[in-house]
Amino acid sequence: MIYEVSNLAIIIFLFIVGLVLGLSFYFARKTKSASNYYAAGGNIHWAVNGIAFAGDYLSAASFLGICGMIAYSGYDGFLYSIGYLAGWVVALFLVAEPLKKLGKYTFTDALDSRFNSKHIKLAASISTLIVSLFYLIPQMVGAGDLIVPLLGLPHWIGVVLVGSIVILIVATAGMTSTTYVQFIKGALLVVFSTILTFYILNNGLSLTPQENYHQFLQTDATVTDDGTVQVADLAYSVKKTMVVDNMVFVQLEKGGELYWFNLNKDGENAVLDEMLYMTMLPDGSILYNGAPKSEGKFYQVGHLSKIIVDGQEVSETGPLGPFEFLKTIEDSEVVRFSKMSFTDGADKVTVWYQNVTKGEDVMKPGLLYKLSNAAGATNWDRLNFVSLMLALFLGTSALPHILIRYYTVPSARAARKSTIVGISAIGFFYILTLYMGLGAMVNGVLDMESSNMSAPLLAKAFGIGLFSIISAIAFATVLGTVSGLIVASSGAIAHDFIDKYLQLEMTDKKKVMAGKISAICVGIFAVILGILFKGMNVSFLVGLAFAVAASANLPAILFLLFWEKTTAKGIAWSIVMGIVTSIGIILFSPTMWDKYGLVPSDAPIPLDNPGIISIPLAVLTLVVVSLMTQKENSTKTIKN
Amino acid sequence: MLHEPAARIETDKAASKKAKLGVKMFLFYTLVYAGFVFIGLTRPEWMGLEAIGGLNLAIVYGFGLIVLAIIMGFIYNYFCTRMEDEMNKQ
Repeated sequence: MIYEVSNLAIIIFLFIVGLVLGLSFYFARKTKSASNYYAAGGNIHWAVNGIAFAGDYLSAASFLGICGMIAYSGYDGFLYSIGYLAGWVVALFLVAEPLKKLGKYTFTDALDSRFNSKHIKLAASISTLIVSLFYLIPQMVGAGDLIVPLLGLPHWIGVVLVGSIVILIVATAGMTSTTYVQFIKGALLVVFSTILTFYILNNGLSLTPQENYHQFLQTDATVTDDGTVQVADLAYSVKKTMVVDNMVFVQLEKGGELYWFNLNKDGENAVLDEMLYMTMLPDGSILYNGAPKSEGKFYQVGHLSKIIVDGQEVSETGPLGPFEFLKTIEDSEVVRFSKMSFTDGADKVTVWYQNVTKGEDVMKPGLLYKLSNAAGATNWDRLNFVSLMLALFLGTSALPHILIRYYTVPSARAARKSTIVGISAIGFFYILTLYMGLGAMVNGVLDMESSNMSAPLLAKAFGIGLFSIISAIAFATVLGTVSGLIVASSGAIAHDFIDKYLQLEMTDKKKVMAGKISAICVGIFAVILGILFKGMNVSFLVGLAFAVAASANLPAILFLLFWEKTTAKGIAWSIVMGIVTSIGIILFSPTMWDKYGLVPSDAPIPLDNPGIISIPLAVLTLVVVSLMTQKENSTKTIKN
Repeated sequence: MLHEPAARIETDKAASKKAKLGVKMFLFYTLVYAGFVFIGLTRPEWMGLEAIGGLNLAIVYGFGLIVLAIIMGFIYNYFCTRMEDEMNKQ
């Protein structure tokens, strides 16, 4: 997709990034000790910390990924909102206060507080690093996606830009500045998402979402007994016909231009509907709707084909209330654009065909995660759904960068209160994601190359000003979340591994220095991964990070808090089992098979979300190893 | 090498009572959440049935889970704060 770059967008972007950097440098002056670097000295106000929780949590995955997934797959994207929020219940009711009492700077400190075990230090620091890296990838991918329409720069520059700014922030400041950055960003994100939702509702629904919305070509056709497609309109000539998975795609020529159409048969009648298409030529260059990208022929899509209000078909609704909006979409008919790929001689062709979907199907689970027999759901599909919901529920309270935020407040009571402020802000935002996602789905703004850009592009439809602010906030979102993750990762390397595991003698100043050097290394690594994973939905990637966190960390935390027989070796081996099985399943999953360029259905493990297997295995390992090593338990220190 | 938390923690006599309340509230929410997953798994067609105000079960249940988490958070905080004030004063 080609975007026009706006000077206003650039000015607002630079202003927000400048604000974030200025704030970081201001607080950096106060960061002199390790306690300040990792835990902001433990004296952040609970209300500020609560909104900072929202800032940390509402990462690129929430704003860019969930909205994009809803825009492409309807309610199934909203499952992520539900699961991400439900995870906070585990954090609030089970983990927040006890954990606050156990730890010092990091998740590893908390796990190890009763045992002083080298096994735990090593396993937990590796787990923190791996989970944070998994979480960093989608943030970087999101940053790259944002920079394309915002500044007109290539994806990789966005990734490098975020990496450089964040390394600068973290390496100079640490947790205090990260907290305030998250506070400002969290608040701005919720406020401007509310404004965007207001625009969506006020705008209502229309069959013509934009004035210049593409008019899709359609022509009658006949199909002979031998399968030959003939077009009624003599202005077209049939160039070729391809059959892919029972679908018939026809290439037509009109006025010297080539188009791909999709054949739709309804009894005796047949029509051809225009599709978007992308052709990769043998030399690697890509044509968008038959022309180079610079010609801008790859238009934005997403519309309603039928709007029903009170049983009557209308062409537009005018302003709608929040429930009326959902009800109207449920009664209407949405045109989604579904992707198919095939080879045409030496060319690789990707088409997006118009997939007319009933509103009632958009508004319930099933488009992405097949659940009903009618949709052809297999037991693996159902297992995938349960696995996702399990990992989202159990993943939140196992994310190291969220856990370390409990150490930035002065007391257990403040930890609890800030969690509730966080849940309220996050819950409200997640309700808005459904409106922003559906709004993007039907307002002709979708860029088929990147689902992640749905919400910012929707804002663009309502004005360049709103787009600039929303995009800049989204970029700041990435900056803030990446900062938090890098603090957590550098803590795992410098504090948990070098200081506690290797027990190298270091002064407080040197410890902070080790943290900053680790932050730079992790940042560079994250940039590389962000470039490699371009094009994947960021919420899906975060779902994987949740699965790894829930498998590796949560059994350890919960059993430590609630089962007296837990031993150090039990915790360490459960972490190892959680990491190995969850990552192992991901690496052999259909999604990764697709990423490797292989056929997804050939993947050895037909499961995309590993939680349903890896979490029980981690729990089992913890119980069995703990029971086998009870002798060691008699020497542990109990602190209550 | 064991170490103390970054911020000083005073003894909290209400800790075990709060933990018990937390576990109960967690189990309650887990049941409601599991109900959502169970319907999706075994009776996916129910998700499309009209529930309240013309909205289907999927929307009402989904919004309900989000709102319930927030409300339960406030209830939990109310009782915890009361327990802390009463038990730590003695």
